[in-house]
Amino acid sequence: MNENDSADPLVRCRGLRKEYGSGEGMVRAVDEVDLEVARGEALAIMGPSGCGKSTLLHLLGGLDRPTAGELWLGGRRIDRLCERGLAQLRRHDVGFVFQAFHLMDELTAEENVELPALLAGRSPRDARQRARELLGEVGLADRADHLPSALSGGQRQRVAVARALANEPQLVLADEPTGNLDSAATLEVLRLFEDLHTAGLTLVVVTHDERIAATADRLISMRDGALVDETRLVGGTRGNLGDLAGLGG
Amino acid sequence: MQQEVVLAMLAKEPSSGSGLRARLNDALGPLGEAMNDGQIYVNLSRLEKAGLIARQGIGMPGAGAGAGAGAGPGAGRKVYQLTAAGQERVAEWLTEVSWPKPDLAEFHLKLVAAAQAGLADPIGIVDAQRRELLRRLRDVERAAMAEPGGSQAGLLLEGIALRLQADLRWLEACERAWTDRRYR
Repeated sequence: MNENDSADPLVRCRGLRKEYGSGEGMVRAVDEVDLEVARGEALAIMGPSGCGKSTLLHLLGGLDRPTAGELWLGGRRIDRLCERGLAQLRRHDVGFVFQAFHLMDELTAEENVELPALLAGRSPRDARQRARELLGEVGLADRADHLPSALSGGQRQRVAVARALANEPQLVLADEPTGNLDSAATLEVLRLFEDLHTAGLTLVVVTHDERIAATADRLISMRDGALVDETRLVGGTRGNLGDLAGLGG
Repeated sequence: MQQEVVLAMLAKEPSSGSGLRARLNDALGPLGEAMNDGQIYVNLSRLEKAGLIARQGIGMPGAGAGAGAGAGPGAGRKVYQLTAAGQERVAEWLTEVSWPKPDLAEFHLKLVAAAQAGLADPIGIVDAQRRELLRRLRDVERAAMAEPGGSQAGLLLEGIALRLQADLRWLEACERAWTDRRYR
């Protein structure tokens, strides 16, 4: 692709590769991936277990370092960052949402959300205020003092999303965010992601869940470490909703 | 749509055609648009002829048929109520165990025929179908997100989304199976 056509994507990778082991037992979890994610885009990556989609997500967020290839975030090359540089990146530029929420059980919802801001060196007062704002945005202002164990699955995931936003990241990465949720809680997370998307955040979601994939702008399928298919999703069948429910005709 | 649906929506209390329409809209939310007024009035007319409903003030069982078709101009203002036979039919309908049949055999045979005759790549067919279902699922999720919590229509949309999800999972299985066959 022409450099000028890419219109400054937020994420760009070229020939990205991640290998584990060596010799006969070598596994190429991510195999020569070229990918661009536009600013403000919501991208879903689907594929069977073990296809490398989580590994790819970890590379994009600096949780892991590629074996080869080039990776840029916001115009800055990050595949060669040292451990400290990666830690900075994870703290300031990227927010993570995981399937198992990864909240601290002994901290309240509010304390969980303010933690990243405290770690990034913001004052306790600022961190607390930001946490309150974020919990309000995810509709949990009245649950701020609750421990995670007192919250439903959907509420826990909303706290985790608020935490991911604590340091105003450029990019939010989510790994099976609805994997542990029932159908109603899945809709809560879909709504929340839709709000983030509308607010202009860039979102990359790795998922098995067709419902979350269907709400993305673009869907990529992954097999054996490689991207094999891309679908741009647009609506336009709205008039047929009734048919789907057995109405009309 | 079955005429029993219209019949059952009258069970709460007598209603005009337009009142019935409003009840259906409440229950169906954005999906109510798919139903036209004609369907409702045609059903009312049939139910009246069958003696299952009667217009208020025009007597009960038997009188409806002689009063002419319920459809037509002014039908929206007429108030309908269930007859004893209608009430019986609603009670019966509520206990019936019916369920829409998914028609998967047609799609399955499409893949088989395409592969056997070498007319088209089954995986291409699966892929096109998958895109279409994803588009539908997208529309359903958007409609579901727009519903306020606890809405009746939201529950219906959730059902549609879960069915589409099941269909998409089957397509995934189709793709896997036909990919394996191709390389065998």
